[in-house]
Amino acid sequence: MEAVLAMVIGTLYGGGLYLMMRRNLVQLIIGLGLLSHGANLLIFTAGGLRRGGAPILAEGETHFAAAPSDPLPQALILTAIVISFAVTAFALALFLRTYQTTGTDDVNALKETDP
Amino acid sequence: MLVLLTICFAAALLAPLVHRAFPRRAGTLLAAAPLAVFAWLGAALPEVMHGHPRVEAAPWVEGLGLEAAFRLDGLSMLFALLISGIGALVLLYTQGYFKNHPQQGRFLMVITAFMASMLGVVLADHLLLLFIFWELTSFTSYLLIGFNHERAEARQAALQSLLVTVLGGLFLLAGLILLAQVAGTWRLSGILGQGDALREHALYLPILALVCIGAFTKSAQFPFHFWLPNAMQAPTPASAYLHSSTMVKAGVYLLARLHPALGGTEAWSTLLTAVGATTFLAGALLALGQHVLKRLLAYTTVSALGAMVMLLGIGTTDTLKAMAGFILAHAFYKAALFLVAGGITHETGGETSVDQLGGLRRAMPFTFACALLAGLSMGGFPPFFGFVAKENWLHAIGRHPGLVAATMAGGAAYVLVGLSVGLKPFIGRRPEHLHAHEIPWSMRAGPLVLGLGSLALAFACGPAGHALIGPAASAVAGETLPVHLHLWAGFNPCLAISLATLVLGIGCYAARPLFGRAAGRLAPLVRLGPDAAYRGLLATTLRFAGWQTRMLQTGILRDYIRITVLTAVALVGAAFLHAGGIRGEARLSPLSLRIGLVSVLMVLATFTTILAKSRLRSIMSLGVVGYSMALLFTFHGAPDLAMTQLVIETLTVILMALAFHHLPVFKHGSPARMRAIDAAIAIGVGAAVTVLVLAALHVQTPTEVSDYYLDHSQALAHGRNVVNVIIVDFRGLDTLGEITVMAIAAIGAYALLKLRPGKGDTP
Amino acid sequence: MTSIILRTATRYMFPPLLVFSVYVLMRGHNYPGGGFVGGLFAGSAFVLHALAYDVASARRLLRLDPRDIATGGLAIALLSGLPGLLDGGAFMHGIWWDLHLPGFELHLGTPMIFDIGVYFAVFGVLLALVFALGEEG
Repeated sequence: MEAVLAMVIGTLYGGGLYLMMRRNLVQLIIGLGLLSHGANLLIFTAGGLRRGGAPILAEGETHFAAAPSDPLPQALILTAIVISFAVTAFALALFLRTYQTTGTDDVNALKETDP
Repeated sequence: MLVLLTICFAAALLAPLVHRAFPRRAGTLLAAAPLAVFAWLGAALPEVMHGHPRVEAAPWVEGLGLEAAFRLDGLSMLFALLISGIGALVLLYTQGYFKNHPQQGRFLMVITAFMASMLGVVLADHLLLLFIFWELTSFTSYLLIGFNHERAEARQAALQSLLVTVLGGLFLLAGLILLAQVAGTWRLSGILGQGDALREHALYLPILALVCIGAFTKSAQFPFHFWLPNAMQAPTPASAYLHSSTMVKAGVYLLARLHPALGGTEAWSTLLTAVGATTFLAGALLALGQHVLKRLLAYTTVSALGAMVMLLGIGTTDTLKAMAGFILAHAFYKAALFLVAGGITHETGGETSVDQLGGLRRAMPFTFACALLAGLSMGGFPPFFGFVAKENWLHAIGRHPGLVAATMAGGAAYVLVGLSVGLKPFIGRRPEHLHAHEIPWSMRAGPLVLGLGSLALAFACGPAGHALIGPAASAVAGETLPVHLHLWAGFNPCLAISLATLVLGIGCYAARPLFGRAAGRLAPLVRLGPDAAYRGLLATTLRFAGWQTRMLQTGILRDYIRITVLTAVALVGAAFLHAGGIRGEARLSPLSLRIGLVSVLMVLATFTTILAKSRLRSIMSLGVVGYSMALLFTFHGAPDLAMTQLVIETLTVILMALAFHHLPVFKHGSPARMRAIDAAIAIGVGAAVTVLVLAALHVQTPTEVSDYYLDHSQALAHGRNVVNVIIVDFRGLDTLGEITVMAIAAIGAYALLKLRPGKGDTP
Repeated sequence: MTSIILRTATRYMFPPLLVFSVYVLMRGHNYPGGGFVGGLFAGSAFVLHALAYDVASARRLLRLDPRDIATGGLAIALLSGLPGLLDGGAFMHGIWWDLHLPGFELHLGTPMIFDIGVYFAVFGVLLALVFALGEEG
């Protein structure tokens, strides 16, 4: 199963980067979204898909009877998801402002640092 | 000794405040610090001169084996006395030299800090400690040379000295690390005892080469000598102190210090003698053609440093004694002459050329007296200490014809320079335009003490040899060497050579204008020297940096992405090939229909996102990718992730819809060829990532951490949801950082959107 | 974007969403949930309101500035690390108190307070971003 997921991850990375190399600000940010999905899925898959239940103990127990899925990548990804949301929002605000200030959404036109 | 250094560094820190509180007495007050050091050293002298070094060590960073270890033996004593003694005189001199100068506080601070660092260099017993102080002296020297930073020449000279000495410092650091590795200790006192083992070791030559580069750059040895004459851009008190009597001798000190450990081999004596002799002669030769007071002195300083290295390289007990004696003599007369030169320039309204000076004996009788004392000592006239040192030197090199000839030639140049600075400005006719006053009282102490010292030491050469030169030479040699100096050693060949040198030197002095003209003709040749090489190297480096920046920083995002991902793919690919492809046992799970379906959905959605012509369709397909992620998380036992992903995806779609409302539709297409290249890169990266994931699955990742969390979640953190426990408890600090990042992103976005530039502001 | 259906739905969805978000937060330590998801749910309630009516109305409903809420959440999270420090442990060392109330027992600990801080930080950040973008143009 992991082989399939690995291909999905590759598709997400390739697709994300392809969009980021386009000239429109909108496509840039959508590409960024695909890329962060790919990164999250990469951590999740590479950490090993221990096919088990959720890493949540039943009430009254202190140890897992059967090995659950790995909680560590999950904790990493959870915060990564929320942060990538905040970063996407920041990028949106940045691009919006860039467009309003420079009057262009062409990434290639944004070469000069001085207005 | 730690206390002494602390006092000196504290004095440096307080210097600007002292200057603000007592603008007219700051130098005098600050001189108390080096005087205290001098007094302490004096008290320790009887013990040290009998071969009982003072040692102290305090723990510093114990985990790294760093100690604040200090050791005061004969060699350290000689240097430390010079540093603190001349330091006190220079601080006093500064007070008059920089009278009413608004930046005097800054100068006092840096020069006091330098003094403390230099004391650290000669007292340190730990190699890393020594290196730290060593670099501090380079750094403070940089600040002092560039003191008049509004002048471009001063800035360039400062940068040059910094680059040369710090680059050398890096070599030195490498050498010291190797040395410590081989010797198994960082303590100098421990290393010095292992001379035989070190000389036999395979790394001996690399260590010697690295340490020598460090020492040669610092002590302005050929071909690194060029920074020292340029460093004369520094204010004269700094030149007198750093660039004649103390800092530039750090390299000599280090070589002398390590002589018991590294010296005595063929490589040592060949390298040091050759480089030292070249520097000695080159410096003397270049000095002949100079007419600026300070540059005359600077080139002879280069020459003198060469002589010290040469004597060290020859390495017989007699030459070591001669070197120690010469260090003492040189420090006295050279510092005095610099202070005199500074005084002349100061009181004549900025005149720096010997040719323009004359007849100042009436106006500056006191300066004349001091200058003559020091100048005659420099020339090696009897009965000055310079004469004693030179006799000793001639005696040490014996009858080797080459060395004797070199010494005579160099000695003649010293006579010329000594008379040019000590005599020429004061005799003859005074040029019409030249008006001068006597130097103020605060500036008199330095030249007087050092000038008279040159005379007094000659008459007290017996005790001086016994108390200072002997112990210093003993420390360098690693065995006890008694030194017996005489002002009058009777008629012998040395005296004859010495007198012949004097005659030759006086002849040269008389023919001085000739040398000036010859130097003028040879100037283009000299300009092709190492200084030009330095400049060329600097310019090339800057050009390369400019080219590289233009290549890598095109300002086009596509190029940045390409460079970044292709570099990443190349690195990963290389590592992958190096490891020999995918190996090990995979932990693959069986195929499952629902995951397969979700995967197909994700791939389709990704392509729709890429190919969609409308923004809304693009966002929607991105949302499909996100929801599919949530499904995958659900299937793999990650309900927390699934839940979070679901909400976030919804919010992202809403946010994008809100924002894209204000952005135009896609209109900037790329040419088909560009799209094809991008697609190829994207496919390549996708394939690389796929392979990377597969390879990662074949690596047995340790699960200790995860298992620990799984086992202790309930017991330690009273939580059954392990993911949540990791987030809020086990790795809570990370989460704190993450929510801070989120808040910063929100503040940034808020500021971008809400703070509209006013009418007058540029956006 | 005014829709009767959305407005009506929002009216009925809003209170349960908020209650649910607190529920998700409180049970996060033992079941799926926690401060991140809880904060997102709570924020979603207001986002829904902003979509159905407008941002100004959602701001009025919230009363507090979302930036203040985010800052407050950060402060709570930061302060939750101090008891562990005062107790002689490291910063953010977990401290637990067992409350024996008549009828049931309550485990209360600094990690839960931390989670509450996360809740408010996420809530505030989310709304600050959405409101600012929604007010644009």
